[in-house]
Amino acid sequence: MSLFINITLDGVSSGMIFAALALALVLIFRATKIINFAQGAMAMMTTFLASSLLAQGLGYWWAFVAALAIGFVLGALVERVLIRPLKGKSELNPVVVTIGLLVVLEGIAGVIYGNASRGFPAAYSQSGLTVGRSKIAFSHFDVFIVVAVLVLMIAILVLFRATTLGLRMRASAFAGEIARLLGVRVGMLLTLGWALAGVAGSLAGLLVAPTSSFSPYYMDLVLVYAFTAAVIGGLESPVGALIGGLITGLCISYVGGYLGSGLQPLGALVLLMVALMARPEGIFARHSVRRV
Amino acid sequence: MRQQGPPRHSLDNTSWLRRFRLPTQPLLRHLILALCGAGILYLVTSSLSPYNDYEIGEIALYVIALAGLSLLTGMNGQISLGNGAFMAVGAYTMALLMTHTQMNFIVELLAAIGAAAAMGLVIGIPATRLKGPYLAGMTLLFALALPPIADKWSTTFGGDQGLTTTVPNAPGNINPEEWLAWIQIIGALITLVLLANLIQSRFGRSFRAVRDDEIAASVAGIHVGRTKVLAFVISAGCAGLAGGFLGLSTGVVNTGEFPLTLSIQLLAAMVLGGTGSLMGMWWGAVLLVYLSQWSTSLSGYFNLGSGASAYLATIIFGVVLIVVMIAAPTGIQGGLRWTWRRILGLLFRQPAVIHPASGLPDDRVPIYQSDER
Repeated sequence: MSLFINITLDGVSSGMIFAALALALVLIFRATKIINFAQGAMAMMTTFLASSLLAQGLGYWWAFVAALAIGFVLGALVERVLIRPLKGKSELNPVVVTIGLLVVLEGIAGVIYGNASRGFPAAYSQSGLTVGRSKIAFSHFDVFIVVAVLVLMIAILVLFRATTLGLRMRASAFAGEIARLLGVRVGMLLTLGWALAGVAGSLAGLLVAPTSSFSPYYMDLVLVYAFTAAVIGGLESPVGALIGGLITGLCISYVGGYLGSGLQPLGALVLLMVALMARPEGIFARHSVRRV
Repeated sequence: MRQQGPPRHSLDNTSWLRRFRLPTQPLLRHLILALCGAGILYLVTSSLSPYNDYEIGEIALYVIALAGLSLLTGMNGQISLGNGAFMAVGAYTMALLMTHTQMNFIVELLAAIGAAAAMGLVIGIPATRLKGPYLAGMTLLFALALPPIADKWSTTFGGDQGLTTTVPNAPGNINPEEWLAWIQIIGALITLVLLANLIQSRFGRSFRAVRDDEIAASVAGIHVGRTKVLAFVISAGCAGLAGGFLGLSTGVVNTGEFPLTLSIQLLAAMVLGGTGSLMGMWWGAVLLVYLSQWSTSLSGYFNLGSGASAYLATIIFGVVLIVVMIAAPTGIQGGLRWTWRRILGLLFRQPAVIHPASGLPDDRVPIYQSDER
């Protein structure tokens, strides 16, 4: 029984991280109908830069904020330089370009930082909390993960639901031409969407790094888990990303706990296939109409 | 009346380049091209060293995998990031059969194709129900999920050591590298002829119709889902054959040969060669085989660390993907075609045929004014 509880708690904390990266995918998909396969590699890059800053003697929280800021700039830069020129072309082109960016970033990180996997510190203690007399597999750092992702999620929801900027962003994603006629700077807002996604992705990268072998490839699996989560949630809704992240996190945590960690990606694949077969448009997507 | 190829504008043009035409029946045309290719490759392999023969065999096996991918992406508009994993399925199937049974090796290769195609069916059915990037994401997950399975059941799949493969004995006194290269070249040429015919058949037309407009295709009576799954299964089968050949080339089959980067390198090579083209895949395969050598010498030139050359190759593949997609989406083969047309146009400029009613050159006449309506 305690094994089950510990696996569940582990699933919740990793699910929250997947939700953060899934939120990044959702933000970009809403704005530009593109899946950014380089989102994980971008987060890897910002986290490596943060680890460089830490090695220079900067404090943890300064490096944390710096990584989020770099994520913001990197997201905007990628949209302007790589994605903008593809506008109006086949929907396959952005897939290929973001995959290209993924391997370029991993290659650059590999050349600069080398093959050896290095450690990344956690903000808080990673030893389990004590509840009653027994120790559970949920640490101060896991509490921080849950709080940080929830804060991010609420901030994004408030931005979209309660501010003029968010209304403009929704309008430019929903009907770009009409929004532009009404004076909304659509291009700028698409860039802002990518930049915000960069922040969300960076957060995920910083939260994964302490518990994984921190190499240039450490975000690959996290990215595909986040993709699974985003598809389950419907690719359009931030709340869907959160629920999808939790479902994915719990599912692969049970697979890892009872069947072995090597089968986790396979578990995610089966989950994704079942989700696509059962409800292709996702749990939270509004029903879309195909136009001829 | 039977149409005799494209109309010849000026009969007084004595150029043999203009006069020479391949037969218009697809099968005959492709067989002639394949035999010409076989002849050239025979001359090349018999004059080069065994190591070069080995490399030519590798090029041929990558052509098989790339041609399947090119069909899937160029003709049917789907992207797979898992074809490296389908290669692993083919390679392991063949190696397992070689370890446990005494079958003819052609049967083993056919089994490799069949196993990869069956896996493609399983993956393809849910993913092809939707448009857009779903198949890419799902195949990415597949490419990451497959290698740990071989590690998990290491007694069956040989663990890190992998399984060994044996090339069938060469007849006569042909050296083994040349013999293996010939097996792979013949496999590649057969694959190319079959795919080239498929592209010009009813199936090829329905692939393109689905790529261009799914709704219009379904209105025209094409079963969209089935067509997409078929294209995906064919590309997986090609990858399976290529994987079997790769297992023969390397002598062992282990998970280290089939990382995610292999799938991405296949995509980059396909894009560089020219998405949708079959002949262009030879350029992509040359890149795949020689790039790691080039990047090793490049990292030595820049005095980078020992592990850096693999990362340098990764960077080059990524830059190829981005630059080709943004600047030259038709790849090398598209560029060559364009150049060739330009050269022909400069050498044998035709006097423009002027349409009498509109006074415009014939090919610029709007369709509603042309006589053909």
